[in-house]
Amino acid sequence: MAKHATPKLDQLESGPWPSFVSDIKQEAESRAKNPKGLDYQIPVDCPEDLLGVLELSYNDGETHWKHGGIVGVFGYGGGVIGRYCDQPEKFPGVAHFHTVRLNQPSGKYYTSEYLRALCDIWDLRGSGLTNMHGSTGDIVLLGTTTPQLEEIFWEVTHNLNTDLGGSGSNLRTPADCLGETRCEYACYDTSALAFEMTNEYQDELHRPAFPYKFKFKFDGCPNGCVAAIARSDFSVIGTWKDSIKIDQAAVKAYVAGEFKPNAGAHSGRDWGKFDLVKEVVELCPSEAITWDGAKLTIDRKECVRCMHCINTMPRALRIGDERGASILCGAKAPILDGAQMSSLVVPFVEAQSPFDEIKEVVENIWDWWMEEGKNRERLGETMKRLSLQKLLEVTGQPADPRHVMEPRHNPYIFFKEEEVPGGWDRDITEYRKRHLR
Amino acid sequence: MAFISSGYNPAKPMEGRITDIGPRDYNDFLPPVIAKNKGKWAYHEILEPGVLVHVAESGDKVFTVRVGAARLMSVTHIREICEIADKHCGGHLRFTTRNNVEFMVDDESKLAGLKADLASRKFAGGSNKFPIGGTGAGISNIVHTQGWVHCHTPATDASGPVKAIMDTVFDDFQNMRMPAPVRIALACCLNMCGAVHCSDIGVVGIHRKPPMIDHEWTDQLCEIPLAVASCPTAAVRPTKVEIGDKKVNSIAIKNERCMYCGNCYTMCPALPISDGEGDGLLIMVGGKVSNRISQPMFSKVVVAYIPNEMPRWPSLTEKIKHIIEVYAANARKYERLGEWADRIGWEKFFELTGLEFTHHLIDDFRDPAYYTWRQSTQFKF
Repeated sequence: MAKHATPKLDQLESGPWPSFVSDIKQEAESRAKNPKGLDYQIPVDCPEDLLGVLELSYNDGETHWKHGGIVGVFGYGGGVIGRYCDQPEKFPGVAHFHTVRLNQPSGKYYTSEYLRALCDIWDLRGSGLTNMHGSTGDIVLLGTTTPQLEEIFWEVTHNLNTDLGGSGSNLRTPADCLGETRCEYACYDTSALAFEMTNEYQDELHRPAFPYKFKFKFDGCPNGCVAAIARSDFSVIGTWKDSIKIDQAAVKAYVAGEFKPNAGAHSGRDWGKFDLVKEVVELCPSEAITWDGAKLTIDRKECVRCMHCINTMPRALRIGDERGASILCGAKAPILDGAQMSSLVVPFVEAQSPFDEIKEVVENIWDWWMEEGKNRERLGETMKRLSLQKLLEVTGQPADPRHVMEPRHNPYIFFKEEEVPGGWDRDITEYRKRHLR
Repeated sequence: MAFISSGYNPAKPMEGRITDIGPRDYNDFLPPVIAKNKGKWAYHEILEPGVLVHVAESGDKVFTVRVGAARLMSVTHIREICEIADKHCGGHLRFTTRNNVEFMVDDESKLAGLKADLASRKFAGGSNKFPIGGTGAGISNIVHTQGWVHCHTPATDASGPVKAIMDTVFDDFQNMRMPAPVRIALACCLNMCGAVHCSDIGVVGIHRKPPMIDHEWTDQLCEIPLAVASCPTAAVRPTKVEIGDKKVNSIAIKNERCMYCGNCYTMCPALPISDGEGDGLLIMVGGKVSNRISQPMFSKVVVAYIPNEMPRWPSLTEKIKHIIEVYAANARKYERLGEWADRIGWEKFFELTGLEFTHHLIDDFRDPAYYTWRQSTQFKF
């Protein structure tokens, strides 16, 4: 018998999509039965009280979590999101309901052995509920009490060799697409870069020293499977400099209908026979492709590497061999002065372990933003306030047409004093000798 | 409930403390076929909805079965995932950037058993535990947030509306009939955690009333200048108010300048804003992050308000389903929703979808708003 009646939430148990309500209920039941005979370190009925408070929110249309919450572990300034229920007497099981962020492995590959060991810790010391995963990438352990935080931290560091993720005004947990592990489009080893950068900047991740949060994301190619361009202040996106490799026999196999376009991604509908001209040549954004009926050619100099032709004919077209990445900066959500995607800063950078060229760009940006950024100002907003020119200057990038979608159309142009003959220090009496008042 | 120590000694908190070890090395977790062929993949194919094969230059193959997941999941569920991985995949698995789960096998003969096992598992309430799908030109999982399960600033829930939407579009999780993939994301407030601002369809929780001011606590709980600086429209200013016979430092809000973003509440607990009948959701469409054909795009607001309707948000799900159907019927192959709307013109988008165009949809935020108006005589009647 459930502790609270949840008539509204019960309606979310039907339908085909996996029901979080059914899952929370199964966890509540499992804890009530306690087949392993655990001495649960937080209330056994924590998941039931979560359903209870959620049902109350479904009745009120309002959240029942108190504002904020500042908890953590010694040595770190972040990693745990404190949370307290605003009806602790009705729902004592979630009076404390803190979230622990754990740093996930690159590409989110796991073994069952590792996940089971994690579940064993969380079963005993937490609610038994998780998010797999948080939007930034962390393993999210959802709901525990303050006295358990150090115990959990001790267990994950000593027994799982795993650290907390980031929260607060610091480097947040980096994330990557699966990259070379299982994709033929990957232009660099995103997993290695994510792992390397996370380890290199552990101090910046665990102890907030920034004006505001800062995120890294690493995409292997411009398809953006981890959405670096939209969801990270520092977005590294793989690309290549030389020609797309063309297998003409495989192109013919696509034209003949032997290979399915886009690897079969549209097979749920009859789109007719594959039409190379209509589906590839005419959709190329820079009109860089020609097909003479026997041979496909790509004008390398006009190609903007959008991935469309490669995505459409993965067995015939391959990324080039001269590989690296572009660095774009400044993506953020709307608060405060509007959403931003990242803007191109370094068109091409080497992306080989130990990734020193990329680290140099990061550290130059941090040196500048940590000094100049205002309280709670994301890098993208600092760029808007102090200009892209300033960011290029601190990163040692010469201005390049690739840095803009279009040149400015207002004439409010700043010059550096040294660019102007004679400088800015002028004498009005000299001027008056030529121009009477 | 007796306290069980992990070994941590609260009397000597820094003793034996391990810090700055970061995540586990991903190489510890790669399935053998992945570790062997990393960086040497030749091509891939989508064999059917939810099932991929990657072929390496060595000729090795890895078959992947992608299954939906609720993201919010129990350790019981994770253990069941582990059990499946042990039974079919040598104990290996991974999660995707849209919070689906992927099971991999290195031989086609292992595929049928894995698929049948996954498809057979259901929760007590009847929903699928591991629906196979989410590949190609269909609708994959919904990137979403905490909602009323854990957060203090939401204007709506996350897990509930996501379940309601996915039930409505479920057939397209298991099919690939769209012109291009349709990414749906949901955020429960304007902080837009996740991907709402860059998705084909974004759902965002919004408020419609200015915050209340807990004058008695304002200068006790808040750093007032931070609250002032938190307002995008400068509606917040410091003031003095009298409570009984006491004069206190507090906050004043110009209601006519406030657009209810809730950011001042994020900074100051004395400014609660949530409201059962005022709060609801808006729908954005047309965003994308990939650089394929067109450049990445922000999503644009096309429905300014839909009420919260617990537990299944029928008005919301119906509108989303309708937008998807009109897009699917009209867009060209490979055309993302935003590319389609841009090509036909937004007036045509509103005509075809039948969505009402209201004054709320016209941008009025600072200088950039001008660039969203129409400086042209080109339009369709």
